[in-house]
Amino acid sequence: MTKKPVQFRLNGSPAAVFVDEGQNLLDLLRRGVGDLSPKYGCGQGTCGSCTVIIDGEPRLSCLTLAETVEGQQVETTNGLADGPDLHALQEAFMENFAAQCGYCTPGMLMAAKALLDRTPRPSREEIVEAISGNICRCTGYEPIIDAILAASGQPTRRTG
Amino acid sequence: MAIHKGRGFACINYPIGMNLGGDPSQALVHSTPDGKFMVSLSSIDLGQGMKSVTRQIAAETLGVPVSDVYVDTADSDTGPHCMGSFASRGTHRVGNAVIRAATEARKALLEAAAEELEVNATDLETDGQGNIQVKGAPGRTITVADTAIAAQFKQGRTLSGRGIFLIPPSDVDPDTGEMTPVSCFAHAALVVDLEVDDETGEVAVTEINSAYEVGRALNPRLVEQQLIGGAWMGVSHALYETTEPYYPDRSHGPVDFNTYLMPGPGEVVNHNIAVLERPAEDAPFGGKGPGEMCANPVLPAIANAVYNAVGVRCDTLPITPEKVLRGILANGGAQPQGAR
Repeated sequence: MTKKPVQFRLNGSPAAVFVDEGQNLLDLLRRGVGDLSPKYGCGQGTCGSCTVIIDGEPRLSCLTLAETVEGQQVETTNGLADGPDLHALQEAFMENFAAQCGYCTPGMLMAAKALLDRTPRPSREEIVEAISGNICRCTGYEPIIDAILAASGQPTRRTG
Repeated sequence: MAIHKGRGFACINYPIGMNLGGDPSQALVHSTPDGKFMVSLSSIDLGQGMKSVTRQIAAETLGVPVSDVYVDTADSDTGPHCMGSFASRGTHRVGNAVIRAATEARKALLEAAAEELEVNATDLETDGQGNIQVKGAPGRTITVADTAIAAQFKQGRTLSGRGIFLIPPSDVDPDTGEMTPVSCFAHAALVVDLEVDDETGEVAVTEINSAYEVGRALNPRLVEQQLIGGAWMGVSHALYETTEPYYPDRSHGPVDFNTYLMPGPGEVVNHNIAVLERPAEDAPFGGKGPGEMCANPVLPAIANAVYNAVGVRCDTLPITPEKVLRGILANGGAQPQGAR
């Protein structure tokens, strides 16, 4: 199988790797680069747990050909925290108990970050739309919606 | 064609754990040389908060800060035996085992501290901040960390404890069939408001109001979160999830997340929860745990509300649009039951 060199930026740092023909980005991130923060859920683009941000847009890494990220900015949950300082979304997810088993959480965080990056104070409906491609089996979604509202400095259903 | 509002009620008495073979769970607690405590369990945290709650229980029993306790549930091959995380048994069964293990470890901790302070162990108390002191003489004190170091490197003593919880086996009475299947019950009552579209058969839950009695809520936010998520699962079971094809045959059945339906973030229902605390005598600090019953009463309440809305009594799940429409057809039209 032919290997192809690909250079991109992962969470701000340069990354240079060889990718297999047909290899998807999720596989490249997890096995090639060792970033285990994006999760393999369904592998067919319906659960959202592998969501990463590519050039500002939320993308399903399981459906993205690895070689297509050449020259692009890829963001994963691993890049959210700044040293010991958690990202506002991570803090809000924690404060609002927005995770139970935690498997959907990286995808939820990236979908939420992509939303807040372009819409700093989204409406509840915009939040619902932004995470509609991410399946959660535990929380009932309400705490996740609350967490994203809180991270954008808005009142939640809980806090009123 | 119209939208019909319906209201349904259900309540539940939910058994905590089971009695099969006494339903045992074990816990082991040991200190590290720097005075932290490790709780070893084989009770897996599926996200319900097993690790958080057993950590709190261990810290409270040991008399040390929560931040100094670690819970390891990594390996059921090498960990102490547990029946498992099911039957709403985790908080109750495992929590009781942790209390016993931590009690034994605390005894060893105080004995080691007594040796260092040259006092009787029964005269010592913990302050919950990482210190052990002589009762009434707060000046005579030693840290848990120094005690652990002394135990490890000077006294040659382990600060550890073993715990198991086993409920008395209950045989079946051959004459009456009577037995005691469980040790305590949690309770809940729940009201569901929904709307049924008699043209499409679709059911939309609009609000849930519930009251849950779970013993002492050992971690109130975790309890609330488990109840919110569990009610969502109940709505999902009641109205969405099935591997059966809607029509015409099995080859059209759901095979993935695209076709196996569950409510998404757009179908979130406003859920008002009242948590009532009636601590159980045999439960760890009175906590029974919400467990599976956070989902269960939602199903009959929805079935009752659908009947109330359009007069269709669905006795199989989920209550799909097809079943609602067939029921309306069989009744010759929607038959709202009205308010009671």
